[in-house]
Amino acid sequence: MIKEEKTTKLPQNVLRRLLFLFCLGIGGAFLSATLVRFAPGYGVQERELDPRWSAQSIEALRQKQMLHEGLALYYLHYLWALAHGDFGESDSLKRPVRELLRQRLPVTGNSVVRGLGIAWLAAALLASLGLASRGWLYEASSAAFSSLLLSLPSAVVAMLAVQLRAPVFFAIGVVVFPRLHRYIRSLLVRSYDQPHVLAARARGLGSGAIFWRHVLPVAAPPLLALLGVSFTIAFGAAIPIEALCDSPGLGQLAWHAALSRDLPLIVNVTLIVSLVMFAANSLADLAGRAFAGSVQ
Amino acid sequence: MSPLQKTAAIILCAIFLLMVLATILVPAPYARQFRDAPNARPSTAHPLGTDALGRDSLSRLLYGTRVSLLLAPAAALLSTVIAALLGSAAGFLGGRFERIILAATDLSLALPWLFLLLTVRAMLPLDVPPMVSVVIAFLMMGLLGWQASVRVICAAARGVRDSDFLLLARSSGCKPARLLLCHVAPNLRTLFYAQFWISIPLFILTEANLSILGLGVMEPMASWGNLLRGFEDFSALGANPWRLVPLVLLVIVVMCFQLVLPSQEVTQ
Repeated sequence: MIKEEKTTKLPQNVLRRLLFLFCLGIGGAFLSATLVRFAPGYGVQERELDPRWSAQSIEALRQKQMLHEGLALYYLHYLWALAHGDFGESDSLKRPVRELLRQRLPVTGNSVVRGLGIAWLAAALLASLGLASRGWLYEASSAAFSSLLLSLPSAVVAMLAVQLRAPVFFAIGVVVFPRLHRYIRSLLVRSYDQPHVLAARARGLGSGAIFWRHVLPVAAPPLLALLGVSFTIAFGAAIPIEALCDSPGLGQLAWHAALSRDLPLIVNVTLIVSLVMFAANSLADLAGRAFAGSVQ
Repeated sequence: MSPLQKTAAIILCAIFLLMVLATILVPAPYARQFRDAPNARPSTAHPLGTDALGRDSLSRLLYGTRVSLLLAPAAALLSTVIAALLGSAAGFLGGRFERIILAATDLSLALPWLFLLLTVRAMLPLDVPPMVSVVIAFLMMGLLGWQASVRVICAAARGVRDSDFLLLARSSGCKPARLLLCHVAPNLRTLFYAQFWISIPLFILTEANLSILGLGVMEPMASWGNLLRGFEDFSALGANPWRLVPLVLLVIVVMCFQLVLPSQEVTQ
């Protein structure tokens, strides 16, 4: 009965998430358009300050810029362009934002995915070993190690990576690992202390069987949700790491845009990253719910 | 409180005391340059040496500690107040209001925190006086760092909403505002404290990241983030290990905050 209810609710959840993603896109686009439109210096081109340009040429330039348009028309144009994949042009780099995103997104995506792979592997391994040993010394030393890493700013980790010539994805992994380790350990311990696990142990089941058949299925839904959250953490860590390691990814682009106050660029980068992150989080959440439904 | 928590609390108190006494303890003002002694080694005049511009490192460390440790709790307080107001109201009122607040929270949580900070920072002028940059950096963190706490507070407020004592208060004719302020909020006080403590190390680390990237506290004002910018040349640290002191202090403080934090049952 419960399982049936869960399966019928799943399509509704998917639809709700898609609708929310659509609304987020529209809302984010309006917000981006507003920020770009009302930023100081909007529409003023360096060429307008050039004395060699005549008044008629400047007027023609302004007409080209569509500065005479009303606000509603501006929003309409912005949304129309956005719907066609036109994110405008970067003020500082003088290149289309779309082109920059196309170049930079795979670099960051690659580093983030590989970094997350390392972090998840290390965190899951350490947490599982801790669960198996349950020794005081092991628990204390692993907790102290992850606490130490948690206390280091991502930028310091990036500077260390530069010094040690470590790859960017490794630095991202080091930043994400302690956060994951804490949650995974806590989730596994909580699942291990469940009464049905105690019953399985009393029946004499091996520790491997208990872990795979009884502990992991209970911990899997929140772990899947954590996977979505870890993407957000990794993308956030990518800014200082890429900026300081001189990696040509989205993080470096966002940093450059913030330093040069390039609003069309930073706002569109943030919009795209938020949409990607929200989609990843929703996917992880829905997978967790589907898994929980199938287990029940 | 466990012995480890007590030790962490004592260390934090000692560092706070140092921060308060910074004005008396510092050998020189944090921005004063000793032009004849750039990159000096530790001496009686400069216990932690000087930086590349000849400024006394101990003075900058003490003032930086003061900036980071005064303003991070202030930003944490601001974000906790916002989270408490939104979370309690959402959990208490329920319905559409709760759904809107939780949707906004989900949305903000999905957004990488540093991207959001960078976007807001890009909208503000970069060439501001140092003191203004300090206020901007921490105000920004306080105003944007409430999302994670709202969810927890809202869930707890929802639990209080369905409690018997609230039903009794409601049946006695208590107005919603009074119910929220006099009955719901006091019952969530432990949670507010926990969220406040959790936010402090987060904001300390965020300030460090922003300042290292040149988007936080501006020179010549000292902060932990500014002091860590000198680490870009890690190779020089081997010969000058005393330059690691700001990092060691930051790590100690953040670790102490993590240890002093209430148990996970309260914070999750």
